[in-house]
Amino acid sequence: MIVCKDLTKRFGDFYAVNKISFDVNKGEIFGFLGANGAGKTTAMRILCGLSHPTSGEATVAGFNVYKQAESIKKNIGYMSQKFSLYENLTVLENIEFFGGVYGVSAAEIRKRSDNLVQKLGLTAEAKKLVGALPLGWKQKLAFSVAIFHQPRIVFLDEPTGGVDPVTRRQFWDMIYEAAADGITIFVTTHYMDEAEYCNRITIMVDGKVEALDSPANLKAQFKADNMDEVFYQLARGAKRSGD
Amino acid sequence: MKQFLVFIRKEFFHVFRDRRTLLIMFGLPVVQIVLFGFALTSEVKDITLTVIDQSGDVNTQQLIRKIKSSSYFIVNETSVDYNDIETAFKKGTAKSALIFPPNFGNDLQHGGKAQLQLLTDGSDPNIAKTVVNYITAITTAYQQEISPSQKLPYTILTESRMLYNEEGNGSLNFIPGVMALVLMIVCTALTSVSVVREKELGTMEILLVSPFKPLLVLIAKAIPYLLLSLANFILILVLAVFVLDVGIKGSIVLLFLESMLFIITCLSLGLMISNTTNSQQTALLISMMGMMIPTMIFTGFMFPLENMPKPFQIISNVVPSRWYFLIVKSVMLKGLGFSYVWKETLVLLGMTTVALTIALKNFKTRLS
Repeated sequence: MIVCKDLTKRFGDFYAVNKISFDVNKGEIFGFLGANGAGKTTAMRILCGLSHPTSGEATVAGFNVYKQAESIKKNIGYMSQKFSLYENLTVLENIEFFGGVYGVSAAEIRKRSDNLVQKLGLTAEAKKLVGALPLGWKQKLAFSVAIFHQPRIVFLDEPTGGVDPVTRRQFWDMIYEAAADGITIFVTTHYMDEAEYCNRITIMVDGKVEALDSPANLKAQFKADNMDEVFYQLARGAKRSGD
Repeated sequence: MKQFLVFIRKEFFHVFRDRRTLLIMFGLPVVQIVLFGFALTSEVKDITLTVIDQSGDVNTQQLIRKIKSSSYFIVNETSVDYNDIETAFKKGTAKSALIFPPNFGNDLQHGGKAQLQLLTDGSDPNIAKTVVNYITAITTAYQQEISPSQKLPYTILTESRMLYNEEGNGSLNFIPGVMALVLMIVCTALTSVSVVREKELGTMEILLVSPFKPLLVLIAKAIPYLLLSLANFILILVLAVFVLDVGIKGSIVLLFLESMLFIITCLSLGLMISNTTNSQQTALLISMMGMMIPTMIFTGFMFPLENMPKPFQIISNVVPSRWYFLIVKSVMLKGLGFSYVWKETLVLLGMTTVALTIALKNFKTRLS
């Protein structure tokens, strides 16, 4: 689904992303880890078609990031760490708007949004403004909206920031469900317990991919009990810090 | 196209759900019209004039009646003593006084020459000057009336007319000004805030990741404000015609088209501001300070541009509302056609092009 080879993004003489290479398979939950400033967001922006790489090759859903950014955009969903639905639109209006922007037909939107609202248990709130919902529900709704147009890949940029553990758990159930439906998940996170939920993870340090494997294999490789230790062993070597 | 309509619908939701924005949009013109139309009028009417008539003859009575019958004065004939008049001025109970000396009529009829004294409160020079002008005009008229046969060897009579505004209606000047001011504030400030808000909320990122074209985002953002501004323009025009009795002399179609152009100029400025700032406060501050104040000062409806020092006159050229003000005055008040305002139109077109180019350029660099 995603193929990266020697992908590099340079700002002046600063290598935000330095020759990273990895593949993401269809239906996989791919975790993208790294300290703040490690280059996660930059890499993600390139893959979403928001930013052009300086050098290297990358294709997303079979489309080239240099030339086919528009085709990429049609086939991906995106949800960022900042909550990103419209607070002064109702639940249904948000769904209608984002569905409409992705070109889903009105009839299809109606059918799918009915299902979605029911599934999320928001039937009573469907006509309420999103601003009135608790944060956990907003995040779940935002994720549902991000995959509403049935993209082939969805990019989640720290989707569970500020959310309580129970809701986080429910959120990951939704992610598994989406993956089971064949949507490839590309997720960045700071929570190491969440990293364990991923099929495979990469850990970025100073713009480079320092580790790439399943959580079990990584723990074995670094002789660690949990992902926290793996992460600390790698991140300790980092020269950059902060955002 | 469908996506585009979905977007515009969403923008309308935003506007209509935000009571404050709506209030600013439609409350502002109403408040401005009422303020400028009734409170800040530059006409002087109903001035209290204290009259001390020490002569009390036919002539003084006739003259006083003439003054009373004009709509400018409320004559106060309470017999204040001549010596107390200064105290009355100090207390503020009198703002202007007309004093007929004893024997006024006698002097006039037998000596052919009489004097009267007019006192005005110079701390308010505008009113003082107006009072002097009015009284002079009334006495001159009276003088001619009582001695029509008396042929002076040479007489120069100044026959003055205020063209396009015979009654000296102050509304005529500020209506175009209010139009410029309101459209400027509504279009520029609200557009810039609406784009920056999406950046702050993080929804702009989502929009940029979506297949929706960035250029269309800008256009879709601008269209609801274009429509609302046109509605606003019509509201101001209706208020002007029906509340303030300002007639539209020229072509309404031309006025409408020129206003649309000016609205587009303002929208472009708004988009330009929003693409160079990242917070709603900054955007609002720039549009208020950078647009509203120059509009008030340099448009020419509050302070005449001709009296400003040269450097300020040059600065005023870059203020779009200045040109729009000229256009509206020409079309609405003088009834002139396009051939008289094409230069101003061209200037506005040029400004729009520049602002839009800058807006689009900045929008693109943000994407790379």
